[in-house]
This record gives sequence, structure tokens and C-alpha cells, in this order.
Amino acid sequence: MISNNEAEARNTQFFMKYICLGYIEPNKFESMSESERNAMVDECWTYDEELRAKGHFAAGEGLQPPQTATTLRWKNGKVSITDGPYAETKEQLGGILILEARDLNHAIQLMSKHPGVKAGPFEIRPALDMSEMMRESEKRRAGNRETTK
Amino acid sequence: MNIASEQVRQTLDSLYRAESGRILATLIRLLDDFDLAEDAAHDAFATALERWPLDGVPANPRAWLISTGRFKAIDVFRRRARFDASQETITAQLENAADDSAQGIYDGLADDRLRLIFTCCHPALAPEARVALTLREVCGLTTEEIARAFLTTVPTLAQRIVRAKAKIRDARIPYQVPSAEELPDRLDTALQVVYLVFNEGYSASSGASLTRAELSAEAIRLGRLLLELLPDPEVMGLFALMLLQESRRAARTSPSGELVLLENQDRSLWNREQIAEGIKLVERALLSRRFGPYTLQAAIAAVHSEASDAASTDWLQIVALYSVLARAEPSPVVDLNRAVAVAMRDGPKTGLALIEAILARGELADYHLAHSARADLCRRLGRKDEARSAYHRALSLTQQEQERRFLENRLRELDEKSD
Repeated sequence: MISNNEAEARNTQFFMKYICLGYIEPNKFESMSESERNAMVDECWTYDEELRAKGHFAAGEGLQPPQTATTLRWKNGKVSITDGPYAETKEQLGGILILEARDLNHAIQLMSKHPGVKAGPFEIRPALDMSEMMRESEKRRAGNRETTK
Repeated sequence: MNIASEQVRQTLDSLYRAESGRILATLIRLLDDFDLAEDAAHDAFATALERWPLDGVPANPRAWLISTGRFKAIDVFRRRARFDASQETITAQLENAADDSAQGIYDGLADDRLRLIFTCCHPALAPEARVALTLREVCGLTTEEIARAFLTTVPTLAQRIVRAKAKIRDARIPYQVPSAEELPDRLDTALQVVYLVFNEGYSASSGASLTRAELSAEAIRLGRLLLELLPDPEVMGLFALMLLQESRRAARTSPSGELVLLENQDRSLWNREQIAEGIKLVERALLSRRFGPYTLQAAIAAVHSEASDAASTDWLQIVALYSVLARAEPSPVVDLNRAVAVAMRDGPKTGLALIEAILARGELADYHLAHSARADLCRRLGRKDEARSAYHRALSLTQQEQERRFLENRLRELDEKSD
């Protein structure tokens, strides 16, 4: 913020979380040959391990296909349950990776090298800093407890 | 006293013109906030207008304005901190830094505008936002001026800028020159923004006026700045391309406002100074051997600039340059231009065959210039019916008023000659 050195120090201290949503065309994985599929998986996991070793990989999960999805909605005062994903798109959400990076350029650098980007697009979203909201919510809830006592 | 304030006002006016971009860029780096930096820069100039007639003009006016702007921002933070505890740490950080030696603050000063260009032209911003933000933050145009230049409303444009600034802050787009690895791609994006601004000023995509000179002048200023900060061959190439195109501005429209094609232009109206500078830069860029599409296009423009008329143009060299360009950056529009150059070198029949093959590929089926080029070659070959229908097709595809008048004139000439 102030001098370049200070900015560097601050940046390495305070990583920001970026949620990376990995999309993939339906059946893309299934249509690969076994050796292609294995190579892909091995490459992705090797890179994930590299990210983990450097402290950039906060969490990650692959998702089962959209036909296994169930969607809950609030409808007419109660929860309605339907089969299938919430959004019907050509490319479906296939996995989620939570990345720790200095800034968007750093996140882009890290995810551009992820072999998964060759299988389908990544959407990178900064995580919402909810600490302020949480503090306020705690205050409200504490107040509620006082008044209900 | 009055004389003193008048002198100060003049000094400040010229300082504002020459330095406000650099001052703003540095304040954005120091304060990490576009809006705060804009206010701080404004406050700094206002304070100077008040203080300098009394205290005299400081030895280093730019440093004075930057540090005054920064203290003004710290005041804003202090006032906010009284209401919001979370601002306290930021204020403390800023105050500590204010005690740093002046040297620390001004380190990397030369890079600040370059950082600003790369932040405003970041590929994670929407393309139209990149253009608006660059014109606003780097070139210092007002929102109203940008809205007018791009024929859009002020609220729409203001919204675009607000959203872009919010994304820079929320997604944490850093204020930095990209790493060596990223630089080629990022520079491409920045050059695209510059060329887009130039083209919007040189051949407006719609409306009554063919050129909006101020916008092109702004793009050229921006190109010169970028070249000064980052003397890369393609920056040189783009800057040369803009100069060479701009050099023909006076010849491009007739006194009555009609479009004049390159082959019919009065070349004595071309700006020789811009041509000389453009050619020199093209030669330097070509010598680097690391040039790209902009340099090649500039080289083509340079060959045109060197000819005293269309007939004596070195079409052999132009065709060769288009062939290299088509390989460097394959595009149907480049193929079309090459076909037109081939027509000049080998005659309309050969050129027409190439254009028809390009049109048959389909990508340019709705591109008015492809049809008007075809019409022109048909006309030269005396195939009037085909020429007529191709001019009509071109006419149905363009909204640009002057282009339309040009095509209508061509159609009229065809009819007159067939009488």
C-alpha cells in the first residue's frame, strides 16, 4: 500500500481466498479413452499437490454428475425438492477448488497452469469477506439473548 | 498579490496539464483506492491554489502535490475512523508511511502510469469498461467527454466506470506491471484498448461524422506515453501505425465532407512530419525482429506514404507484407486487403477471383467492405450489373453515413456512364 516493499510484505501475509469453479461439458470425461482419462487425472492431482505444498490449496472437491443433483427451493412456505441441477447450462459445474492467492493476477497465474483448464473453463470468484457481517450478526444475536432473558 | 495568484494559476494550469496524470497514478498506488486518489489529487491542486500565492511555489511542485494529496486522504481516513473502528489500522498504516523518507514514496514513480494502464486494461474487466476507465484515469477525460465520444449516455458510462472500479477493489486486481511471463498477452490487451480508441476517433462505427479527431489525438498521446514507458517493438509498431493513418486525416474527406479513398487522396495534404516519425519507428520495430501484426500494418501504411500516387505505389512489397501479416495473424479481413493489393499488382481479374473465393468462405458475407471491394473490381472490368448489385449489397450493410454517401455516389456514376 505504501512502498513496494511494504506492499510485498502485506501481500504475502494476507492471502485472499478465491473460489475456482471448474466447468466441464457433459460426457467429456466419459468420452475420453482410459489412458487419456488417467493422464488427465494424474496431471490434475500432481498440480493440486504442488498447490497444496506451496500453501495455495485451501480445499477442493470434485462433483458427481448433474444427474445426481437435487435442488431445494423455498416455495409456498415450504421446501420443495426437485431432481436435477439448479442451472441448466451446456457446461456443468464439475469441481470446486478454494485457492489462496495474493491478488487476482496471482490467482490467474496459478489457475492458468492447472491442467484442468484444458478440460473446461474455470470461473474465479473472490470469496466474500464476511467478518464484518459476522461481528454485526453476533452483536444482534447477543442483544436478542439479553432481551429474551 | 493579485499578480502572484495569477502567476500561480498559470503555473498550476500547466502543471495540471503536464503532471496530473502522473500525480493521480502515484496517488492511486499510495492510497490503493481510485476514488480516494481522485479526490486527493483534486484537493491537492485546490490547496496549492490557496497556499502557493502566500508561500511561494515549492521547489518540487509534483512531490508537493503528491504529498499534500496524501495528507488530505489521511485526513479523510481520520474523520472516518472516528465513526468506524476498522479504519483505525489503515489510518495508522498511512500515517506511519507518511513518515517514510520522501525517497521511498517516489520510488517507482515512472512506473506508476504504466501500472495504471495495465490495471485499467486488465482482461478481467469488460472490454468497454477498459476503454472508459483508461480514458478517464490515464488520459484524464471526464465522464461526459467519454460518453459524448462514444455516443452513449453519461449515466451508462458512469455506471460502467463504477462497476470496473468495484471489480478492481473486490476481486483485488493488483496495481502492477505484469510479470515477464504475462506481459506479452497483457500488452496485447492494452494495445487493443489504445487502437480501439484511435479507430473510434478515426472511423466512427456509426453516426454522421466520419472522424472524431480528439479521440484519435488522445489515442496517439496514450501510444506515445506507452512507448516512452515500455519501448517494445509492437508498441512502436502500433504508435507508428496510428501516426501514419493520422497523417492522412486532412486528405480523407473532401471539403464537402465526402469520404476520399486512398487512391484518390490529394497527397500534398498528408502530414509529412507524422509520416517521417512513423516511418522511422516502423524501421526500428522491423529491425528488432520481434515485431507483430501492428508493425506489419504500419509497414504497409509506410509503403503507401512513400508513394507519390496510387499507381507508383510499390504493390509488390504491399502484397508481400500482407502475406506475412496473414501468416502472423490469420484473418479474413487481412486476406481481403491482400486481394485488393493483388488486384493493383496483377490487375482486377486476378483480384476479383481472390475476393470471390474469400466471400465464398462465408465469414465476410455481411462485411460491407468486402462487397464494395468486389463492386469496385467488377466496375473496373466493365461488369456493370454485377458491380451495381454488389454496391447495393454493401449499402445495405453499413450504417456509417459517409460510407453510405460514398457508395451512393459510386452507384450514380455507374448509371451515368451506362447512359
